[in-house]
Amino acid sequence: MEHIITVTDLRKSFKRLHVLKGVSFSIPKGSIFALLGSNGAGKTTAVRILSTLSEPDGGMASVCGFDTVRETERVRECISLTGQYAAVDEGLTGRENLRLIGRLRRLPDAGQRADELLAAFRLEDAANRRASFYSGGMRRRLDIAMSLMGRPRVIFLDEPTTGLDPESRLEVWKTVKALADSGTTILLTTQYLEEAEQLADRIAILHDGKIIAEGTLDELKKLFPPAEKVYIEKQPTLEDIFLAIIGKKESA
Amino acid sequence: MQTVKSPKIRVFSDSWVMSQRCLTTSLRNPDALATAIFVPAIVMLLFGLIFGNVMDVGDYNYIDFIVPGIILQTVAQAVTAAAISVNNDMNKGIADRFRSMPIAKSAVLTGHVLAAVMRNIIATAVVVGVAVSIGFRPRAGFADWLLIAGLLILYMLAVTWIAVICGLAAKTPESAGTMPFLLFVLPYISSGFVPVETMPRALRWFAENQPMTSIIDSTRALMLDMPAGGGLRTALLWSAGIIAVSFTVAVQIYKRKFS
Repeated sequence: MEHIITVTDLRKSFKRLHVLKGVSFSIPKGSIFALLGSNGAGKTTAVRILSTLSEPDGGMASVCGFDTVRETERVRECISLTGQYAAVDEGLTGRENLRLIGRLRRLPDAGQRADELLAAFRLEDAANRRASFYSGGMRRRLDIAMSLMGRPRVIFLDEPTTGLDPESRLEVWKTVKALADSGTTILLTTQYLEEAEQLADRIAILHDGKIIAEGTLDELKKLFPPAEKVYIEKQPTLEDIFLAIIGKKESA
Repeated sequence: MQTVKSPKIRVFSDSWVMSQRCLTTSLRNPDALATAIFVPAIVMLLFGLIFGNVMDVGDYNYIDFIVPGIILQTVAQAVTAAAISVNNDMNKGIADRFRSMPIAKSAVLTGHVLAAVMRNIIATAVVVGVAVSIGFRPRAGFADWLLIAGLLILYMLAVTWIAVICGLAAKTPESAGTMPFLLFVLPYISSGFVPVETMPRALRWFAENQPMTSIIDSTRALMLDMPAGGGLRTALLWSAGIIAVSFTVAVQIYKRKFS
């Protein structure tokens, strides 16, 4: 299997706080890989190193076959980062934001590509409105669309649905699945178990700076004793109710 | 796919794209530009029309005398927006996005600087226009105006890079925005509004030797078609020196801020 991301014994400390204590994993091309962990587990630190924003103290990481420290430019050409906070320019319209990225990435077809993405992310109606007027979900969608402008081979999504309402979350999930279908490799971090379960081909659990379990969902399930059958009345969750009432529940 | 260009060409084209981004957003937010015109215009009206009658600055008309100082105050007002917008960028996700893209690292900052200089030029032109409307009568020829423009643009660059440092160093946009206040006040302790000879000794020493005085004196001499003397060289050297130092410091802070 061809791996597009390989991380070996990654270490990183901030002053005396050891955030990553020897993290290793590799991600097959075209898959969705979820780094699951609670706040402070080191997920963002790992993503920052992989996206060349930060250098590790020890170990190494390679993305698209390039070392993230020695070949930062080559890595940057093949990745896109969607960080924890929506990285859009609020003073620009949706279309302008996309074109800005297109021009910085020197796309010959920046305008056309922007229109494609606006359509794909259902932002056409809002295309000429400033991003400061967007809802949280729209902003996130624009954010992800901006990451796709340059047709990156690898995309990092750092907690893509934190702070989103359930509807927007479903939208983002759909987008992520569609992306992986088109062959893009996705590394996403999340603190929501459900999100990892829904999206990821492989899941790594990062806890206290170390990967404590890694595998497909089925492999992880095997680590636990076989399920016991218990009959309980399935109450709809508040989320089910909410989504049913507003009539937009996706038949996933 | 994007092509890999030589880093040098990239600095220019990336900075250009970034400056257009900053200009677009600042044109949509005209408050900052309006303040940069309004505040120095008020000072000019106060000094020119009220104090001007009792001020004795030798052979000069008082309004002719103060225009260079007012221009420096305009620049101080206009760069405040740069400090704030740099700070805004740094504290939001967009800085990380730019830094993880294959673009020239300094382009994020030079984009802000270019846009700020363009805003400065607009504000200065309007303020000079107001000055003319209340009696400012420059006697500079075409070549003199070119020299004045060069001298002032160099000063704008210098001050903008200082503002960028403040934007990078400040914790909040509010504190980033208060810093250029000093640049607004300093022209009062220079040859901008009264001849330095009239000041108490310590202030006079400061006024004679601070960079603004040489820039104001040279601008005034050129505007009124009088010999600028060696002051012009001092003025250019001051600006060039400040640019060199503040550019280096700004880029260093920017690089160190995230690693």
